[in-house]
Amino acid sequence: MMTTNAAHRTDSAPVFGFWLYLMSDCLLFAALFATYAVLRTNTFGGPDADALFNLPYALVETLILLTSSFVAGLGMVAASRGSKTGTLSAFIIALLLGLAFLGLEVHEFAGLIAAGAGPSRSAFLSSYFALVGTHGLHVALGSFWMILALVHTAKSGLHQDTMRRLTLVSMFWHFLDIIWIFIFTFVYIFGSI
Amino acid sequence: MTSARSYIIGYILSVILTLLAPALLWLHIYNHHRFPTHPELYAAAVVLAVLQLVVQLVFFLHIGRESGPRWRLMALFFAIVIVFIVAGGALWIMQDLNGRMMPDQAQMLQYMSEQDGGI
Amino acid sequence: MFGELTFAAFNQGPIVLGVQIFIVFGAAAVLSLITYLRRWQWLWKEWLTSLDAKKIGIMYLVVAVVMLLRGFSDAVMLRAQQALSVGSSTGYLTANHFDQVFTAHGTIMIFFVAMPIIFGLINLVLPLQLGARDVAFPFLNSLSFWLYAAGAALIMLSLVVGEFAATGWLAYPPLSELQYSPGVGVDYWIWALQISGAGSLIAGINFVATIITKRAPGMTLMRMPIFAWTALGSMTLVVFAFPVLTATLAMLALDRYLGMHFFTAGGGGNMMMYVNLIWTWGHPEVYILALPAFGVFSEVVPVFAQKRLFGYTSMVAATISITLLSFVVWLHHFFTMGATPDVNAFFGIMTMVIAIPTGVKIFNWLFTMFRGRIIFATPMLWFLGFVSLFTMGGMAGVLMAVPGADFQLHNSLFLVAHFHTMIISGVLFGFFAAVTYWFPKIFGFTLDETWGKRAFWCWTVGFMTAFMPLYILGFMGATRRLDHYPAGLGWQPLFIVAAMGVVIIALGGLCQAIQIYVSVRDRKQRVAGPDPWNARTLEWSVPSPVPFYNFAHTPQVEGRDDFWLKKKRGAPPELPAEDIELPRNTSLGMFMAGAAFVAGFGLVWHIWWLVAFALVGFFVLLVARSFADVHEELLPAAEVARLEAAARAQPI
Repeated sequence: MMTTNAAHRTDSAPVFGFWLYLMSDCLLFAALFATYAVLRTNTFGGPDADALFNLPYALVETLILLTSSFVAGLGMVAASRGSKTGTLSAFIIALLLGLAFLGLEVHEFAGLIAAGAGPSRSAFLSSYFALVGTHGLHVALGSFWMILALVHTAKSGLHQDTMRRLTLVSMFWHFLDIIWIFIFTFVYIFGSI
Repeated sequence: MTSARSYIIGYILSVILTLLAPALLWLHIYNHHRFPTHPELYAAAVVLAVLQLVVQLVFFLHIGRESGPRWRLMALFFAIVIVFIVAGGALWIMQDLNGRMMPDQAQMLQYMSEQDGGI
Repeated sequence: MFGELTFAAFNQGPIVLGVQIFIVFGAAAVLSLITYLRRWQWLWKEWLTSLDAKKIGIMYLVVAVVMLLRGFSDAVMLRAQQALSVGSSTGYLTANHFDQVFTAHGTIMIFFVAMPIIFGLINLVLPLQLGARDVAFPFLNSLSFWLYAAGAALIMLSLVVGEFAATGWLAYPPLSELQYSPGVGVDYWIWALQISGAGSLIAGINFVATIITKRAPGMTLMRMPIFAWTALGSMTLVVFAFPVLTATLAMLALDRYLGMHFFTAGGGGNMMMYVNLIWTWGHPEVYILALPAFGVFSEVVPVFAQKRLFGYTSMVAATISITLLSFVVWLHHFFTMGATPDVNAFFGIMTMVIAIPTGVKIFNWLFTMFRGRIIFATPMLWFLGFVSLFTMGGMAGVLMAVPGADFQLHNSLFLVAHFHTMIISGVLFGFFAAVTYWFPKIFGFTLDETWGKRAFWCWTVGFMTAFMPLYILGFMGATRRLDHYPAGLGWQPLFIVAAMGVVIIALGGLCQAIQIYVSVRDRKQRVAGPDPWNARTLEWSVPSPVPFYNFAHTPQVEGRDDFWLKKKRGAPPELPAEDIELPRNTSLGMFMAGAAFVAGFGLVWHIWWLVAFALVGFFVLLVARSFADVHEELLPAAEVARLEAAARAQPI
């Protein structure tokens, strides 16, 4: 970013740019949701949503991810108050909850595959794994990013660059929880009605 | 903004909204599948999801609290419109095409039984 | 060890052998030339690792021209085949080869010629027009370019190692599924598009952020040049449409690689969902290409009619309308594929509606010219060619917007003629006008007018000769992608005329090559000052060639066509120089894209260890970038003053 002097820097540019990326990601998920909606009844003689999905399990996943998003938010509050230890603690908890979410999801996937309900069983299952799996992949990449941001913060403290990193990774984290609301609703709730 | 209160309110509301949908489903089963009805459950789940979306946008992502022109809000609004068009359009079109495909056995029997003189 | 890659992949017949030899000797020649001229250091520092948007823009255009030559060669092969292959003759290409050639032609022209032209032009022109020094995210700009280059490299590689897709440029399933395309061709197509598509998405985000956050003080949106508005519309479309392409290609890849059933013939797959999704992306894509071309003409026409643009506000409204409407017309690409009349009618009507704002733009340009004092220089000629041909081709589009008519014309040569008219007279002529117009600004000397005019006439006459017969053939029942047709239909003469048209177009290209040569040769006599055209927008206020920092002082904008206003008022007082912060050069974008290329290659040939290695490398580089402390360097005020004085001391 080239400027005449530091006073003219607008740090809203990275935030806005990242926001645009999140908006583009909405469209990525929209295409996957639409595909799921279209293919959800194409079970090809195999199991359907009702047979496969465990609502209480999904509810636990949901609450874990929601709490993770909340704690990440608290991490940003600590960061804005200049508390490095507060920031690191909160984000580490958020990260652990995120990893727990991923663990539960991997367990769920493994179970489905072992029961012969893997993604190549039917179009319905392909679309389920693609939608939920893509979200999971985003959470995994977000976790790596969070670790990186925490390493930077631990190493060099809370200054402009690390604040920017933390802001962006927490935005990503909140966004992923929002997407999950819709997965929980359209996949698990709808699948159980 | 960076007040913890925003996140706490958002979290509590989100937990409530998250638990309401399964609660309604449980109520449906408890009432021997009579109340709420299936269409009501679908509608309620969607409404609850949208409410939680708004809660998280406001309390976690601080939408609408930009100083100056509200670019993020405009981008979000545009994204929502396009998402509706893409997803809604896909559903409309694919339903439409589906309606012109060979009926499956159950549908075929239904159709035939509706003809004069029955099957 | 090497997955599915064997020596057989290199053995693809005589034509490909010729290409392989050409590539080996050509590459050797280029590398030797650079070594002989001792330009490696220069190439590395000035170009490959540069984060200057102007340099990145030129690199985009250079690679785009190389890909244009490849895509054009494909066109020559197609026309030759169709002129010869009638009745008992089967031409010189096998059916499968012909299929690969038209697939490569379409894929290359859209993704690897038209898109980089747009990104290249925006890079060169947009920051300057906004009074900015660079785009919002210079590193991502470099990464976007290199990801595009990586995708282009995969496409080029597919010609000499293995085969390409034989499915048409959009690779509909089930033909593109593993069952009917078991080779590597479709995989090359998928990964080349995914990699360059990622670059496109990043570029779209970058340019929207630039327009929203990097305008000079005083430049409200309604004071921006129309080119900037069309860039905003086009890049908004990129941000919201490209993810759909990413998702769709990913699902096709999942079908092919992991046996899933999104679009397969069995397992419950739904092929029409692919068609639906790919066109949900595909329609906005054509407006991504067209809008900036319109923007170029909105810059060129006022300058060469010597009159202010007519109807700025309605131009803005039209641009916004086109941006929005381009999301609600996509089904018109598959009217004939089973939808009921209600659905067809909705999309047919919306397609006709979208023609209206384009019509508004045409009228505004014409009203700009009315009572202007027209200078018939090359850019104006390109506009005149555009406005007549594009209007005609657009009417062909409105005709096909009627679903009933489209049942006759869908996938006919009438359709092919229509979309070539739009892209050639729109995007390509816009590109040529842009090059002629902005060349002196970027390079400091003008292009030769005589050869420019000759090129224009060859392209226009050549285009009409090549494509008017196709409109007729379409009405006569000829469909697209025919590698052979029966005798006695009266088609062959038209195909022969079309082939001659391609020759005339090639002459046009030759004129352009000569134009560049002659202009470079005579550049000392063709020196251009800051404002050779007496133009209106901010880029003409800086020296030519533009210094790497663009503006010594960030402009304070006071109105539309701010440069024109300031010119009327007289020279402003000289402000003291200030320190400028510039992004440092970095090779990281190039290496990350290189890793993406290697991963793509590994995915195509199922060399899994290579894929893993490349992905790890990509992430390591990304992490490394985050640990690089200093991304910028300071250009001291004294240095700025010196550079500025040197740039402005032009020999008259």
